[in-house]
Amino acid sequence: MPVDAPIALKEKFPQAAERPSLDHPAFNVPVADVPAVLSYLREQSAFDLLVDITAIDQGEATSPRFTVVYHLLSTTRPGSYIRIAADCANDAAPEAPSVVPLWAGANWHERECYDMFGITFTGHPDLRRILMWDGYPYHPLRKEFPLAGIETDLPMADIAEETGTKVIPAPMSGGPFVASPGEINLTEAEPRAKDETWSDRRPKPDQPTLRQVKE
Amino acid sequence: MVTANTDFGYNSKVEGSVVVSRADAIINWIRTNSMWPMPMGLACCAIELMAVGSARFDIARFGAEVMRFSPRQADCMIVAGSVTYKMAPQVRRIYDQMAAPKWVIAMGACASSGGMYRSYAHMQGVDRIIPVDVYVSGCPPRPEALLDALMKLQSKVRGEAAGAKLFEPVLHP
Repeated sequence: MPVDAPIALKEKFPQAAERPSLDHPAFNVPVADVPAVLSYLREQSAFDLLVDITAIDQGEATSPRFTVVYHLLSTTRPGSYIRIAADCANDAAPEAPSVVPLWAGANWHERECYDMFGITFTGHPDLRRILMWDGYPYHPLRKEFPLAGIETDLPMADIAEETGTKVIPAPMSGGPFVASPGEINLTEAEPRAKDETWSDRRPKPDQPTLRQVKE
Repeated sequence: MVTANTDFGYNSKVEGSVVVSRADAIINWIRTNSMWPMPMGLACCAIELMAVGSARFDIARFGAEVMRFSPRQADCMIVAGSVTYKMAPQVRRIYDQMAAPKWVIAMGACASSGGMYRSYAHMQGVDRIIPVDVYVSGCPPRPEALLDALMKLQSKVRGEAAGAKLFEPVLHP
């Protein structure tokens, strides 16, 4: 039953602590217990679908810094979700056990999580980047990474040499960028900065200087 | 018959079955009316590109309906969509594989300038890796806008000194 599943989980795993949640039942568990807890939920509580694996970066000043979050859904009890979160022990090199043996679909979720946050999933069969290219030196969803990006080399060395182009920080002045739907004139409908009072040359009124995107 | 066309001056009483013209005019006439696109469809602009190819907008009226998925048979790359840094080298590689002479249309805001994607992952304009001849505004552009871009590209090609450059080695920009 949907109401019983969290109670049963607490009885089976007393180390699982309730996690504040606005929607679905949520629990914090020690990261080492994640495979056991998820396996139990899958086999005993019919949470048979792994919806998503994601992570939270609490910022460099916080410890534990990284939290891995698992969302489960029961297909036999529609609308029955549960959320399991686990803090990674090591802030510098966060690790979590892979759940690919439980759900083959976890493979890409964990690769994305590794790509964006740099969390190593131990036991993953093929832990490569999935969105950014192999050899990209950063993990873009970490708090210290600027949205505009950091200057690096293009993925292919020969093309980078031929074009003389690098990956450069995107101009962020005046953002966010919005289009004007319904505009008859296409030039007017182009995406443009919402706030055009400042630019790369003119500083933003409330800020003394523009944030430097390069390290 | 005497025509007002300076490219193809022809008087049947004088020249009979011989047409006198300039090499530039002939070569550019051939090039402009059979500009086969390389559809570099990378995002939603590619949907509009498909609409341009279909019956309602009918890019065949301009001789550019033959979408060539092999770059070696294409004349004009239409970069339709957002170019990420991960994809950018492949775009350049496909451009390199096209036989000269070749042209590029940057279709839509993303390909032209990065558009709404001001982020670490997105190239801010495909002109950073390949030379663009025509930029099309819009997000995505209307099919008519792409047809307009094609006509602009055709008028640009008509003005090229094609005959003089015919036997010159092609230098990549």
